[in-house]
Amino acid sequence: MNTNDVNASGSALFKRGIRNGIPIGLGYLAVSFSLGIAACNVGLNGSQSFWASILCLASAGEFAGFTLIGAGASYLEIAIMTLVVNARYMLMSCSMSQRMSPDTKLFHRFAMAYSITDELFAIAIARPGYLRPEYSYGATLASAPLWGIGTVLGCLLGNIMPVSLISAFSVALFGMFLAVIIPPARKNKVIAVLILICFGLSTAAHYMPSLQSIPTGTKTIVLTIVISALAAIFFPHQTEEESHAE
Amino acid sequence: MAAVTYAVRLLPLILIRTQIKNRFIQSFLYYIPYVTLAIMTFPAIIEATQTPISGTAALILGIVAAWCGAGLFDVSVICCLLVFILERFI
Repeated sequence: MNTNDVNASGSALFKRGIRNGIPIGLGYLAVSFSLGIAACNVGLNGSQSFWASILCLASAGEFAGFTLIGAGASYLEIAIMTLVVNARYMLMSCSMSQRMSPDTKLFHRFAMAYSITDELFAIAIARPGYLRPEYSYGATLASAPLWGIGTVLGCLLGNIMPVSLISAFSVALFGMFLAVIIPPARKNKVIAVLILICFGLSTAAHYMPSLQSIPTGTKTIVLTIVISALAAIFFPHQTEEESHAE
Repeated sequence: MAAVTYAVRLLPLILIRTQIKNRFIQSFLYYIPYVTLAIMTFPAIIEATQTPISGTAALILGIVAAWCGAGLFDVSVICCLLVFILERFI
């Protein structure tokens, strides 16, 4: 994982992206399956649910959108809800902008923006050095179609898939998150402590009765901003060079 | 939905073209991925599985495997298999 990307050829990075995108795709297949069930419960058909998933590529955002469609909400309401639930992608995009080579072409920026999801962002920033479009394209190609396919399957097959498989699949994404955050935590104590604090605060936010009515996406945004800001104030990260190394 | 979702992702990426020099913002953006992924992983992983036991076991094994240097795919598969096997017995 720590091989240098700077000198790697585009096609090698593309292949590596595909390889790393496969577990994400499998996770997507499981998660979008339940998304498809939700979509068709509110009256979308298979093809509508497929295109919604391919175009949005967002789990929580789509769930929120489908729920509002079911409730007969206006376009404006749906737009605002989508903005709030997906606001964390804006943070990720800001973060990615700092890892882009200054001469990355506008075309690549437009294309790479499409696949800023929790998972694809996670594996992209786990690479050393500047972000390479080829890697992102490979990972996107291996995973995004499965997001759409899973949605359709969920929509059409409903609850036929055994629960034990869905349950097993559903931890694939979390396993991947761990593979991204744990290795740096081993080298950097600040990150290790931060992760423990995050676990604690997110658990508190999740189970505290007074916070039950706040949507999970909003909690994630607020916690992310507050914790990252405090960490940045008290433990400024060393040098630019180090933030590029993993 | 798609337009808003895409705009949110695209704008920072095309508008921020230079390296940010401010140390606070730099550190802030550096920490964001770790913080946000940690928040999304726990306690969600415990509730994703049929019983909290298998989710917790997957979390612990996942951390150990990642600590020992297993890659993305390996950690994912290990976690999935553990949940699948554990839930046969629970």
